[in-house]
Amino acid sequence: MTEEMLINPIEKLTEQFPADWLKADERSGYSGYIVQREHLLEFARTMRDDYGFDYLSMVTAADYLEEGFFEVVYYAYKTIGGPALVYKVQIPRTDAVVPSLIGLYPGADFQEREVWDLLGIRFDGHPDLRRILMWEGFEGHPLRKDWKEPFFEEDVKPYKSRWPEGKPVFIDKENPFDDNVQYPEGFDPDHWTPDQDTLLYAGLVKKASNEEFKTDQLVVNMGPQHPSTHGVFRMVVSLEGETIIDLKPVMGYLHRNHEKIAERNTFLQNMPFTDRLDYITSMSNNFAYALAVEKLMGVQVPERADYIRVMMAELTRIMNHYFATGFLLNDLGAYFTPSLYSIEERELILDIFEEVSGSRMMCNYFRFGGVVRDVSDHILKKIHDLVYDRLPRKLESLDAYLTNNEILRSRCEGVGVLTAEQAIALSAAGPILRASGVPYDVRRADPYSIYDRFDFDVVTGNHGDIYDRYLVRVEEIRQSIRIIKQVLRDIPAGPIMTGKPPYQVRVPAGESYGRVEGPKGEMGFYIVSNGKPNPARYHVRAPTFINLTSLAPMSRGEKVADVVVILGAIDIVLGEVDR
Amino acid sequence: MVFPCIPPNSKRCIMSPEGLTKPEYQVPDELQSQVSLTTLDRIYNWSRLNSVWPMMFGLACCAIEMIATAASRYDLARFGMEVMRPSPRQSDVMLVSGTVTKKMIPQIVRLYNQMPEPKYVIAMGACASSGGPFKGGYNVVAGVDKYIPVDVYIPGCPPTPQALLHGLITLQKKIEGESLKTVSWYQKGPSVPIPVPVLGPDLIDVRKTALIREKSKPAPETEAQEPSAGDVTDKPADGEIAAA
Repeated sequence: MTEEMLINPIEKLTEQFPADWLKADERSGYSGYIVQREHLLEFARTMRDDYGFDYLSMVTAADYLEEGFFEVVYYAYKTIGGPALVYKVQIPRTDAVVPSLIGLYPGADFQEREVWDLLGIRFDGHPDLRRILMWEGFEGHPLRKDWKEPFFEEDVKPYKSRWPEGKPVFIDKENPFDDNVQYPEGFDPDHWTPDQDTLLYAGLVKKASNEEFKTDQLVVNMGPQHPSTHGVFRMVVSLEGETIIDLKPVMGYLHRNHEKIAERNTFLQNMPFTDRLDYITSMSNNFAYALAVEKLMGVQVPERADYIRVMMAELTRIMNHYFATGFLLNDLGAYFTPSLYSIEERELILDIFEEVSGSRMMCNYFRFGGVVRDVSDHILKKIHDLVYDRLPRKLESLDAYLTNNEILRSRCEGVGVLTAEQAIALSAAGPILRASGVPYDVRRADPYSIYDRFDFDVVTGNHGDIYDRYLVRVEEIRQSIRIIKQVLRDIPAGPIMTGKPPYQVRVPAGESYGRVEGPKGEMGFYIVSNGKPNPARYHVRAPTFINLTSLAPMSRGEKVADVVVILGAIDIVLGEVDR
Repeated sequence: MVFPCIPPNSKRCIMSPEGLTKPEYQVPDELQSQVSLTTLDRIYNWSRLNSVWPMMFGLACCAIEMIATAASRYDLARFGMEVMRPSPRQSDVMLVSGTVTKKMIPQIVRLYNQMPEPKYVIAMGACASSGGPFKGGYNVVAGVDKYIPVDVYIPGCPPTPQALLHGLITLQKKIEGESLKTVSWYQKGPSVPIPVPVLGPDLIDVRKTALIREKSKPAPETEAQEPSAGDVTDKPADGEIAAA
């Protein structure tokens, strides 16, 4: 790997490889390279080892029904910063198999399983290709364009009137079972054996039992209803005594079909749905989605709107890190008292959100080309008071009580360690990645919006343990306060929206990927438009979903009491994990 | 007739001992501060409604608002409801706080069956009430009331803490109106558990097996229909289905 390759890598990439390996993607609005399936592994390895694209951020696929192929899309980055390398593999719909990249990038694990589950593309060489969001035995692959849900009405919204001839139409009544279900023809419910998770349990690592102590291995299910799993998340833990031998996360208990619904919605109708992804950080989700669509539309955001966006995104980060810290203490056993303090600060920020957007949690505040309402001087004054007085004061007291607390340190130091190499390979993002010592922050590495104007530090840790993740979060609150202070100093007057707010946006055909550094990591939206009012493909790169890939490597060898804390330090939100 | 224990022109406060006293019974003046006369129904309901323990059970976005309601600003403890129990065996009310998915509904039904009587269910938010914005989704149950009986519906997406409190007060009012003579858990016979749905090619409500069998029959072919062999685990026999 030469220095020149590091700085200027992806120009004329086609000349570096044999002609039949890859070609540039020349469809209008598209970018990147189309790689032949046979050479995918070799190409990916060369790009990782020789060109430095060591971070596979996103794997997804799109169904091009009319053209008759699936396209598997890969977004790789360098952890030293810079734009993406996009490569795709096109495969016929009748022969949907691609080689798995899990050997090169272990972080592709869950994402490939998700593609298999929702689109039915097999990944050759994946060791554990089970369904991940739906259950084993579910009929069909829902994100295929020719698959229709039981409550199917029309292909795209807006639907026809639900009040034809003055009478309401209820979709439930159209269904023969008066419910949201459908069965394949000839299905016999009397002879159906439900899946007993055989494959799941068989996949757990087994160790020869210890002859000396006569210990036995025990498989414990935690969740989906468990007070420590932050929602409906399930872990299957294989234990020897109290030590964890293996762990497998099971998710999908909150899979509410965001992507399928979004492909029926119009572009603007999706904005409120993004709020409900990571429901603690709705503003940040809005931001990523707005960026992705704006990239396609080519609209410029007015100055004032940009400043407002940054301010709201940073307030969200403060709020999220407070919440995460409070609940980390909950998981440690300091039951509810610390989180009551953190919720108190969160409420103050929610007051601001309610004032600007009308809703406490589901803000729906961003629009393509700006924000929906202006921020009054009264709110600016409130934010000013918060960042100059209340938040720093409370943060110092949090710091004083917790950071050097003996119990906290002894429970967190050296637990759940993830080295920098592991974190990069597992595609970890956000505070998890930075606590392992990788200074990768999208705001710096690939600046979006107006983040290049602000002065702030990328916070990193040294040890990659839970304690460092806690420290990174606390320090990130300080940096966010610093950014908001600069925003308040510089925010100009002016319009908050480019042009008139449209009822229906026109999005030219093409693909785009908008990403922001959300509080939990890289939040991204991959959107394919075919020029119609609805996205042809809409995929969410959910940071906590991919961060969960590192849960098993972090937990192996730890005690069962610590796995709760390790999960708490990842800071998952199930709305985003399952989508 | 004037009753000194109830201030004139004030609404009866269910939380005060004064509110318990039934106006028809005269308590002598000198015993006013020591003795209250009431009916069994009222004292039974009064003691129950001030300690409704919710199950610590969060599904989605609404769970965050539930946490906010339990926290210091909105303070659920004022209503005797702050004791969130992680176990269904110790809880009185299940707050279904969020989208109910097909993958999750077997567990929810099972949890509901495990709760001791008297038990109540609050459907918090649009999703739990009807499917909400996600109703069209292939993995979403269009309202938890398709499977378990719901006592109070709270609209909102998510309902604000104030709305949740209003819903809980509504539940208290409902409890207050119950009578020992008619409540289901003191009737004869055991209470029938709700059959747990099965995850098939799609969610199978075992109460509707006959309908499913009939509707998904291939049109030309006539297949012999045998009754359930009982070898399928996790599934009650046909007789139970008919009874439920």
